[in-house]
This record gives sequence, structure tokens and C-alpha cells, in this order.
Amino acid sequence: MIQFTHVFKRYPGGFDALRNVNLQIQAGEMVFITGHSGAGKSTLLKLITAIERPTRGEAVVNGKNLLRLPRRRIPYFRREIGVVFQDHKLLFDRTVYDNVALPLIVTGADPHDIPRRVRAALEMVGLLSKEKMYPITLSGGEQQRVGIARAVVNKPPLLLADEPTGNLDSKLSDEILDLFLDFHHHGVTVLIATHDGHLINRARQRVIELKQAELVSDSGAAA
Amino acid sequence: MIKNYLLRHAQVFFYSLGQLTRTPVATFLTVAVIGITLALPAGLYVAIENVQRLARGWEDNGQISLFLKQDVPGSSIEKLAEKIRRLPAVSWVDYVSRDAALAEFKRLSGFGEALNALDRNPLPAVLVVHPAAAYMHPDKLQTLLKDLRRYNEVDIAQLDLDWVRRLHAILELARQGVLILASGLAVAVLLIVGNTIRLAVLNLRDEIEITKLIGGTNAFIRRPFLYAGTLQGLLGALLAWLLLALGLLFLSDPINILAGLYGSRFEAENLGFLATLTLIGSGGLLGWLGSRLAVSRHLRAIEPH
Repeated sequence: MIQFTHVFKRYPGGFDALRNVNLQIQAGEMVFITGHSGAGKSTLLKLITAIERPTRGEAVVNGKNLLRLPRRRIPYFRREIGVVFQDHKLLFDRTVYDNVALPLIVTGADPHDIPRRVRAALEMVGLLSKEKMYPITLSGGEQQRVGIARAVVNKPPLLLADEPTGNLDSKLSDEILDLFLDFHHHGVTVLIATHDGHLINRARQRVIELKQAELVSDSGAAA
Repeated sequence: MIKNYLLRHAQVFFYSLGQLTRTPVATFLTVAVIGITLALPAGLYVAIENVQRLARGWEDNGQISLFLKQDVPGSSIEKLAEKIRRLPAVSWVDYVSRDAALAEFKRLSGFGEALNALDRNPLPAVLVVHPAAAYMHPDKLQTLLKDLRRYNEVDIAQLDLDWVRRLHAILELARQGVLILASGLAVAVLLIVGNTIRLAVLNLRDEIEITKLIGGTNAFIRRPFLYAGTLQGLLGALLAWLLLALGLLFLSDPINILAGLYGSRFEAENLGFLATLTLIGSGGLLGWLGSRLAVSRHLRAIEPH
């Protein structure tokens, strides 16, 4: 699903965000990426979602070579990846329902299917009763779950999460983790960037550690 | 597939319409500026069209007025009129005697009282020569004019078509002027719409960024802005048409009075069907193009980070 070979990312000004990263993640795996802030976690996710391009090396995600992916193909590439953001990135002038429906509308899904699919995703995250509410009236944990519902409503084969539990207490974090484990058990490739040790210990999955732009340890696939 | 595509477009259309009605004052101001901008060249065009239509009626009865010397006696005038009448190029000749000319002038000019004060009639006798239909051609009329000038009794021979032609030349010039003005104002409409859409794009920065992150194509993101720009252009054009109609309504009474003074039943007309379509079409097209240029320029700057 993800294959990085000698990948470098250098930002203008000479700052190295990633140095010689080699990484292979099979379809259906669940992987945690950990490390201090500034270690390169976010840059790795930005490369995978084609927000940034690698400076050097070969990066293949979901069968697409990111160095050669034309700009106009990027939207279609992103439709295969669900992303959960630390700051949720919800639209506050739209209801929960409309936020979750957005990826379906963007991809031109059959309008008759949209209500059913949106409600299925909301049910998965336990927010079906709040579909008519606006995100601003929801708690942080609920907003994060709206973001998760939006990320999975298209049933993407790859799910990324950047510090998904960053602002949540441990009980809410556990709930969010259970959701990700559930997706993993349904065959989705899940990649979570976090420095939440509690979360990593509880999940018992493969862990990759980044340190000063380099990949320093890889626990290997979980048993 | 096609049904879904149309349905999606209809949804975006109503969404854009909804966005416009949500900010009624801003929308109204933009539409008003576009309307006034478009009404300016359209109004000039209507004025020129009407004058041209009026002049077209005069073109067909090209006639030559022979102003005779003051000292030519009535009997010689009759003989001259008879001679001219027999020319193959001439259809008929009207003789306006000095007395008749004076009476007519008194009646039409409103200077009756003042003319009574003169001790003698200052007006010359006039022979109005109506050329035969076959000779109603600029070159042939010129030849006839030259021939008529040769008679001793004739003081001044004047082809009344000259000023009609000059008027046409002036109108043609004015028409070109309107074209130049319209091109300039079209650019103004582009800038107005572009600026409105630019602000809308910047206001929706977050939404655009998120849409890009979840795989929205540029075409998808552009669509509501294009609809908004096109709608504003169309509404502006409709307003321009309305302004023209109101202006003509306001002017119709004075025009009727003026036409009445010339014994004409001329009535000013608004834009014809095709010209109306052109006006509305240009409004929509300029709105679309203005938003297209603005969106494309600013969309590139908004990338997720």
C-alpha cells in the first residue's frame, strides 16, 4: 500500500524534514508513527496525501508514484485516502450530515445513495442522532468522530490520522482507538501519527519511530 | 449518468443562488454596478438605432430644391418649371411661390409677427424637383444637380440628401464609438465580477482547502463561483434592460411632442429581440469570464498545508 525507498524531503531554506526513509506498509496493516514533534511525522503524512512532494527517492502510495503524479490527478488520488486531522477541519457553517456528505458530493456519488451512506458512517461513529446539529455545538471528541465519519464515508482503502487523540482525555481516546481498530479489522490500511504512548501500548500494533528526520526503529508487523 | 450530472449542476445553481440571496446588499450593489455599466453603451446604441431608423425614412425621397433669384418674374418661373418637368430624370416639380413660401414659414416657424414687420418678402421662390425613381442614385442625382444649376434663374441648387448622408456618416462614427466604449466597459464588468468573486474565494478559503484535501477537483470547486458570477452578470444585464425601458418611458412623451412638431408619428423603440438577447448574453458571458479568471488565479494560491 505504501512503499518509500530512500525518500528525502528538504524544505526551501535547507531544512531536512525527512532523510533517507525506507518504509513498507502492506495493505490491511495498522501502523503507528511516533516521535517528538518536528521529527517528521507530519511531513510523512503530507507526502502520503500528496500535499508535499518528496525531494528525492521513490514513494509509491496505492500504486501511484508520487514523484510522477500529475497535478490534475491529485484529487482522484486523494479520494482513495481518508484523512483524520488533529484540528478536525470541519465546515462550521454546515450540519454534521452535510460535513460527512461532502466527500460523496465531491466525488459525484449517486444522490440517491448519499443519505444511506452518510447515515451508515454516522452510525459507525455513534453520532446518528446528531446529524442535524452544527459542529460548533459538539464536544471535541464528537467533532473528531464527525471527522472520522467523513474520512471513511467513501470507504477508502487507506486511512490516515494525524494526532487523532491530541486534545482528548484517555476515555475518549480509547473510544477513538476502538474505531480505528474496527476499521483495521475490516481490512482498511490504517496509519496513525501520534506521540500518545498510552494509545500505542493499548493497540499492540506495528510502531515506527522517527527521530530528527530519520526512521530509527520499526517494530515490524504485529503478530 | 447524465441525469445525475444535470442534477448536480442544478444543486450547485441553487446553492449559488442561495449564497447570493444570503448577502442581499452586496449582491444588489454588484448587480447595480454591472447594470449601470451595461446600460451606458446599450443606451447609446438604442439612441443611434432610433436616429438611424428615423433617417432611413428620409433617404428615399431625395429631392432637389432650386432656390430662384429674387428678380425672376412669375411667368418665367412657370416656363422653367415646365422645362424641368420634361426632363427624363424628373418625376414632378412643385412650385412654391414667394408668397406661399412666406405663408408656410409664418405658419411653421412661429415668427409670424416678426415677419409682418418686414416691408418686403425676403424669401425666394423655390422649385422642388422630385427625381424619377430610376434616378434615385447618388451619382445620377449629382449629375441632375449639376444640370439644374446651369439654368440662369437658379440661385442655389441643393440636394437635400446631403445632410442625410452626413448624418449617416456621423451615426456610423458614433456606432464605432459605442463599440469602443462597450469594449472598455466590458473590461470594467470583468473587473467588477472578478473582484466580487475574489472576495468570495478568500472568504471560503477553509472550505476550499478542505474540499481539495478530500479530493475535490478544481472544476468542482470552481463551479459554484462560476454560477455566482454568471448569475450576477445576467441580473446586471436584466437591470440594464430595465433601466433602458424606464428611460424610454420617461422620454416617450417629449419624443412624441417633438415628433409631432415635425408632423411625424415617430416613436422611440427599445432594444430589439436580438439586441436584447445580445445584451443578456454578454452580461452572462462577462460574469462567467470574470469569475473564471478570478477563481483560477486565486484557487492556485489556496493549497492545503
